[in-house]
Amino acid sequence: MSGYARRVGIVLWKDLLVERRTKESLNALLFFGLLLLFLFQFSLGPDRAQVESVLPGLLWLGFVLAGLLGLGRSFLAERDNDCWEGLLLTPGDKSAIYLGKLAANLCVMGAVELVILALFGLFFDVDLSRALPGLAVVLPLGTLGLATVGTLFAAVTAQVRARELLFPVLLLPVQVPVLLATVSATQVALAGQPLADARAWLQLLAAADLVYLVIGLLTFEFVLEA
Amino acid sequence: MIAATGLGKTFGATLVLEDVTLDVPAGQCLAVLGPNGAGKTTLLRILATLARPSAGTLRIDGVDAVREPDAVRARIGMVAHGSHVYEDLTALENLRFWAAMGGLDASLARLRERLQAVELDIVADERARTFSAGMKRRLGLARVTLGQPRLLLLDEPFNGLDRRGQKWLGEFLLAFKAGGGTIVLATHGFASALAVADRAAILVGGRIALDRAAAGLEREALHRLYDDLIEAER
Amino acid sequence: MPHRPLVGALGWLALLALLAGLGMAFGYAPREAVQGNVQRIMYVHVPAVLTAYLAFGLVLVGSIGYLATARMGWDRLAAAAAELGVLFTGITIASGSIWGKPTWGTWWTWDARLTSTAILFLVYVGYLLLRAMVEEPERRGRFAAVVGIVGAANIPIVHFSVKWWRALHQPSTILGPEPSPIAAPIALALLVNWVAFTLLFGYFLTRRVEIARLEDAALQGAVRAR
Repeated sequence: MSGYARRVGIVLWKDLLVERRTKESLNALLFFGLLLLFLFQFSLGPDRAQVESVLPGLLWLGFVLAGLLGLGRSFLAERDNDCWEGLLLTPGDKSAIYLGKLAANLCVMGAVELVILALFGLFFDVDLSRALPGLAVVLPLGTLGLATVGTLFAAVTAQVRARELLFPVLLLPVQVPVLLATVSATQVALAGQPLADARAWLQLLAAADLVYLVIGLLTFEFVLEA
Repeated sequence: MIAATGLGKTFGATLVLEDVTLDVPAGQCLAVLGPNGAGKTTLLRILATLARPSAGTLRIDGVDAVREPDAVRARIGMVAHGSHVYEDLTALENLRFWAAMGGLDASLARLRERLQAVELDIVADERARTFSAGMKRRLGLARVTLGQPRLLLLDEPFNGLDRRGQKWLGEFLLAFKAGGGTIVLATHGFASALAVADRAAILVGGRIALDRAAAGLEREALHRLYDDLIEAER
Repeated sequence: MPHRPLVGALGWLALLALLAGLGMAFGYAPREAVQGNVQRIMYVHVPAVLTAYLAFGLVLVGSIGYLATARMGWDRLAAAAAELGVLFTGITIASGSIWGKPTWGTWWTWDARLTSTAILFLVYVGYLLLRAMVEEPERRGRFAAVVGIVGAANIPIVHFSVKWWRALHQPSTILGPEPSPIAAPIALALLVNWVAFTLLFGYFLTRRVEIARLEDAALQGAVRAR
């Protein structure tokens, strides 16, 4: 296995191992998702028709909020255990660390999103079966958009004052256009319409994901060195 | 091994290091002494390529450390205050992670051998969270010697170690030197430092106030020199 | 750095151009048939948004320049451009809002340009906030550069997503310049004002970068004096 791939793999392994052992993030995020669904249900009232139109938005609001919590913690272990410099001292392309972290974040977020989606279907009485093929495309694309920038900004804010405040302030404005695209595409998927209807949105999402990923890969070493 | 000329470091408006020149041949140990805030940690970080000097040049093992930090990093190991130990992983898992990150042999045999060398093999499968400071330091040494580095940089390695721990560390460092390795350590502990060091340098206010061979240097004599220099700085 | 007399000349030129632009906006350009005199605010609104985009483009240039060369001059450029960008974005939003009130009856409308501008405003305010939270200059420059690059990459994504979203949700009621074809006097007035804004921007930018450079030099001097 090439050195780069090996390092990506070991970062992914370590993060998932720590997560599985402590279950900190996963448990908290799942519970948080549940709470959000409750909040949405009660603050929106029982009028079914009213809720119907905002469902895609609600779903992604939930994902983004959970993402803020989860992604913000990406480099917590490195900071708390003082491993930042240890990573800096390793030889080779540092973007492998970014990729490994991104992969780990995607795994955790993916798991959380699936559970929230299932609960969502339950609470709001949405028939997910016809939406699943569409969602299977939209969810990864949207999550990638969130996680690529989120992982990068988590690294930036990890050692900055007022980290908890700065991270959402930096991430959310950048997420708005991505959100517009994902919500629109999700609407199409939830309505059971063919995905081709949302083609433009999906293309925009894919382009955004690619751009953010490339920026992350190219600039991560500068963030590490800082 | 280390050729540093006129190293300087400024953080914003604060001058932390000024005109530091060092020459450490391979196989020798340099002890850097000095009061808190003298710049010992900053100097070590610059030697470790963790920080860029604002002035001066630095060559480690013939490589320009400022221009090619990555080439230097493969040959050095640093153990500092931060232990670089993931508390939720076991000792063995920690070593496996750092070995893989360094592109090194991460076979179980190799990892266990390293743990044995630092007397941590009995706790190989314990989470690092349960380790004492001394144990974490030893794990750090195991991690850092995985790749057979040629230069070890240690920031206050004797801190928090009991008598037995200090003796063990001294022997470990002497063995490293005997194998041809070079050491630079920053410390407060005169006795432990003199036991391993070939040269002693005193850093005061960011400048080298003294740099001489440690041979024949008694602890008391060094103390007096040290106190005089601190007084002079004031 | 450019010579004092040159910079001074730029300042006077900008002032003259502004006066000319003002004169043209109120005197030369015709009163718009449908919207009345309030439409004249377009002569501020449009040049402001164009200048803001110029500013954000310079933030990108400065950010990349700093990461590539580690020379503080690039970072100073990026910081100054971001400040001015936020200023001109603020002017764009305010003028758009003032235009909207008598025209559409509301202070805010989710018009494509206003929405995009608002998102960019938030992105770059976040950029400035990040800068305020990091004290060490090298670190600050590096972190800011990474965020600046992400912000700039976001611009086209914002543009397309907002435009398509608007097309979906509302018939186009753009606070656009005017119905096309553009009448010659209006176009001329717009052009003069745009040039004036650009000159003003250039003047402010040069001044701001110079101040930053002097601040850094003073800091260095204080260090050497010790």
